[in-house]
Parts: sequence; C-alpha cells; structure tokens
Amino acid sequence: MPALELEDVRKTYGSGDTEVVALDHATLEVHDDEMVALVGPSGSGKTTLLSIAGGLLAPTRGSVRVGPHEISGYDRGQLTKFRREFVGFVFQGANLVPFLTAKENLLVVADLAGNKGKVSDKRAMTLLEELGLAHRVNNLPGQLSGGERQRVAIGRALMNEPELVLFDEPTSALDSTLGEQVMDLIRSEIKGRGTAAVVVTHDTRMTHYADRVVEISDGRLAA
Amino acid sequence: MKTAWRELIRKPSRFLTAGGALTLIVVLILLLGGLLDGLYLGSTRALEAQSAGVFVYSADANDSFFRSRIDGNLRAEVADVPGVESVSGLSVVQLPAHVPGVVDVVDTAMFAYEAPNQLVPEPPATGEAFLDRSLEGDGIEVGQTLGFGPARTPVKVAGFVDGTTFNLQGAVWMDPETWNEVVRANVPAATLAPGASQALLVTPEQGVEASALVATIGQGIPGVTALTKQDAILGLPGVKDQKSIFTAIITVTFVVAGLVVALFFALLTLERAALFGMLKAIGSSSRTLAAGLSLQAVLIAIGAFVVGGLATLGLAAIIPAAIPLDLEIRRAVTTVLGLIVTALIGSAISFRRVVRIDPATAVGGS
Repeated sequence: MPALELEDVRKTYGSGDTEVVALDHATLEVHDDEMVALVGPSGSGKTTLLSIAGGLLAPTRGSVRVGPHEISGYDRGQLTKFRREFVGFVFQGANLVPFLTAKENLLVVADLAGNKGKVSDKRAMTLLEELGLAHRVNNLPGQLSGGERQRVAIGRALMNEPELVLFDEPTSALDSTLGEQVMDLIRSEIKGRGTAAVVVTHDTRMTHYADRVVEISDGRLAA
Repeated sequence: MKTAWRELIRKPSRFLTAGGALTLIVVLILLLGGLLDGLYLGSTRALEAQSAGVFVYSADANDSFFRSRIDGNLRAEVADVPGVESVSGLSVVQLPAHVPGVVDVVDTAMFAYEAPNQLVPEPPATGEAFLDRSLEGDGIEVGQTLGFGPARTPVKVAGFVDGTTFNLQGAVWMDPETWNEVVRANVPAATLAPGASQALLVTPEQGVEASALVATIGQGIPGVTALTKQDAILGLPGVKDQKSIFTAIITVTFVVAGLVVALFFALLTLERAALFGMLKAIGSSSRTLAAGLSLQAVLIAIGAFVVGGLATLGLAAIIPAAIPLDLEIRRAVTTVLGLIVTALIGSAISFRRVVRIDPATAVGGS
C-alpha cells in the first residue's frame, strides 16, 4: 500500500467565471521509504498539492489516501486529528514557536497528540541528538542559526513518527552549503525510518537527493 | 494550554499593556467598592448589628425610622401577632457630644435600646452609655462624663463597642430612660412617651421566616408597617441611592475591563495569526487555541488583581481616615471573580477569529 496516493485530484477556487483551477487530474503515488521532489515554477500548484496531501485543504474532487486513511471526505475535526497523528510538516523558514526552546518545539507535537511524559521527553532528546542539536536543546529559536532552526523543524516533523512527512521549500531560507547539509540530513532521517516524504522545492540543485522528481506545471503533474 | 502558559511567562512584555490597563481598572473597582462599602457600612452598621429580623414602623412614617413612633398599644398588638417571639424598642437621635478638655464637639447617633444585639451587650446602668469605638479617636475615654447637646446633659462612658456606626457617626447606646432624659433636655419635640419607641425590633419564633412575619404583621395591624431588616436598612435616607449609583459605576468599570480584554486579545490574535495557523497545521484544534487564549486572559486578570490589590492597600494606607473607605474581603472576592468572568467573556470575542484561521496559511509560497 502506498504511503500517499492521490487519484485524479482536482482543486478549484471560486466558481463560474471566477473559477480558478489550482490542481487538475493530479495522480501521484509515494511509497514507504520513498522521497519525492516536487518541482515547478511559482503558481504551478505545488503548495496546493502539498496542502491536500497533508490534510490542510480538502480537494474539490478526487481521492486522497495516506496509508490506510482515505481523507478526502474528512471534516475539519477529522483532518486536525489526522494531521496531528499521521503527518509531519516542515515549513518554509522553519516556522518554529518563537518562545519555546528547541526541545519544547518538538514536545508541542507530542502534547497535541496526548503523548506526554518521559517517553516523549526521551524521544525529543534522541531526535535532537541525531540532528546534532544536543547542545541546543534549551535554546530558543532566536538563539539558533537558520540551519539549526530547520533541523529543529525536521525533528518536530518526525516527533510523532508520521507515515508521511511534507517539506515546503526546506532550503529556501538557507545558503547553498547549508541547503545541501539540510537536504542530506532530511534524506538520512527519512531513509532511516522508512517514512515517505514529499519535498516541494524550486531549487533544482537539491533534487538529486530525492528518489524521484515530479514536475508540476499549471496545476498538472507531468506524466 | 502549556504553550499559552509559556508564552505568558516568556513574553510578558506582549501582555504588559493589557495587564497594566487591567491593573488600573482593578484599583478603580476596589477603591469604588471600598468607598461604597465604607459609606454603606458607616451608615448602617448599627442596624446591621440588630439580631431581630423584622423592623416595625408606624404606618404614617412612610418607612422612615426617624419619623416613626410606636406607642405602647401598637407594641402590645405587634407582640400578640402569632409567630412573634419577642419585641424590643429602638430609637435614635443625632446629637453632638461635648468631651471634657476638647474644644470641638463630636457628632454622635444616640440610640435607646432595650435588648442586647450582636455587638452591644445589655443596656448599661441609667446615666451611662456604651460608645462606638470610632469615637475613641476623638479623645473619649471610659469613665469620662460627656455632655450631650446644647444642654450638655451628662452621660458617663461605660465602655466601647466595635462596629456600630450610623449615618457615618459613632453610635452611643443607652437605656430608654437615659435617652429620653437627654432628648427632653435638648430636643423636647422628639421625646417619647413611656413605653414608646421609634421602631420596634421583632424577633420571629424559631421556624418562622422574617418575610412571612412581615406580611402577617402588615396585614394584621393597620397602624404599622413591617419591613425585613435588609429593607429597613435600604430605606435609610440615601443608602439605596448610594448603593445603586456606586453599583452602576462599578458595573460600567467591569464592562470597560471586558472591552480592554476583548480589544487586546483581538489585536493579539491578529498579530499571532501566522503562529496559530502553523499550530493548527501541526494538529492543534481551534478549541485548544481558544482555551489557551482564555487561560492567558484569566491569568492576566488574576495578576492584575494581585498587583492592583496591593496598590489599593497602599493607597488605603495614605488616604485620610475621614474618607469612609472600607476594604472588605467579600468585595475583593467578588472583584476577582467578576474580573475572571469579564476576562473570559472578553477573550471569547476572539474565538471566532481563531476558528477562521486557515491552517493552510502555514504552507506558503507557490
């Protein structure tokens, strides 16, 4: 069973003459342990596809399946629970909670899922050590470098052992050297866990880290 | 909730404006409440102290303690009403007292009473009086003989009692015979016939409600009006008006507090829309975020109450004693509870906005 399966997904905004098609006939499969790079120009539908795959947006038509979960018919509450338990997100510019330490940023996800206590604490520490941040555990995001912040964001995405991790331009705020390091880290973390990943990027220098590159243009995936 | 708590602790400057405004509002509410309580209690403590649950006035007095006259016949009629355990007379006149060695006269409320109440023991010997302790500050001592009214009728100070002010004056408690002697010498028109009093204090039998006895007396005896103790107190000149005016001001101040919280949290929610969007994207529900807002609002309100309360205590210490400011625990409790409710309502205004924040906004760009 694929970790992510989109089938003939369409997403439109507005209706009638003002209807805008953001995504059309999108069909995509991402398997466990597979890392897919989604590339395309601005406005091509990358973000829409990522949002639908992660349960942030509901498709207008089509089927979205993450592991055994068919989410296209989920209501708002079900999608919130789904995101909390089965998907990890890494946003542009890390997007950490600014008043929480690196460790607390990881524990937020565990707290939301109701996983509290020593087990979560230990997992957060293990992840931060793996990501080379053992010495930054108690630092606030403002005290971290851009690369360190992105590593914390990766740790947060992996905290609840999701079936799918979605990366939105993870290297856009980094220079090329740091970007390479972060992509290398993403690959090793994803591959080490057998998790599926979709990485949205417009930086073609980073696509060689992916197992597969999928191009998107005008809301349609390249065949 | 934990995240909201940590934001409050680690980013206190973000909440300083609301906290400061609420602190000033708390000081205002506590001072207004203190003045209301000071005025109210200063005017009514002597009646509050009465153990009897029912006050009876003559019907022609229009619920006025001062105008009422109950003669011996009416007293006997009231005493015979079923459900009445005992009756006792109470009269008051306001007269200045001359203190030996003190140039200024001291204003007093001079009571004639027959039975002990919650704060005053059995009447002292004829020619003597118990004085409210507030009069001690005017240089009066136990054993002194005071001269009451223009005639300077002598009355000896038998002792002091606590918390029995009336009309913002210290009460002087004496038996009816002494009282009548002082009144006859100074205000002859107010002299009462033997066995008469201005008001009759009625103690219901055990198991009889004061309100029921009020109705029975009112319907059964045409010459009198019966009131519960609370109604009699509120019927004192100015008391009800003071209470309603201050209560209205305090209510409006609470509304202002609610608006401050509502406005502040509306702005703060706008400011944190991106953060809330990200938290929703990683699985936080609108309910969790709203609960966090409420927690912050309540904690700010409690913090403002603590700081405002301490500031009020400081102000109370330097406010001249002549100003009737009375800071009551009961008022503090109602203030903090009112503030918490106000903060919850104020923060709830932002819930709709929180619900409408789209988690998809966390993913940006192309």
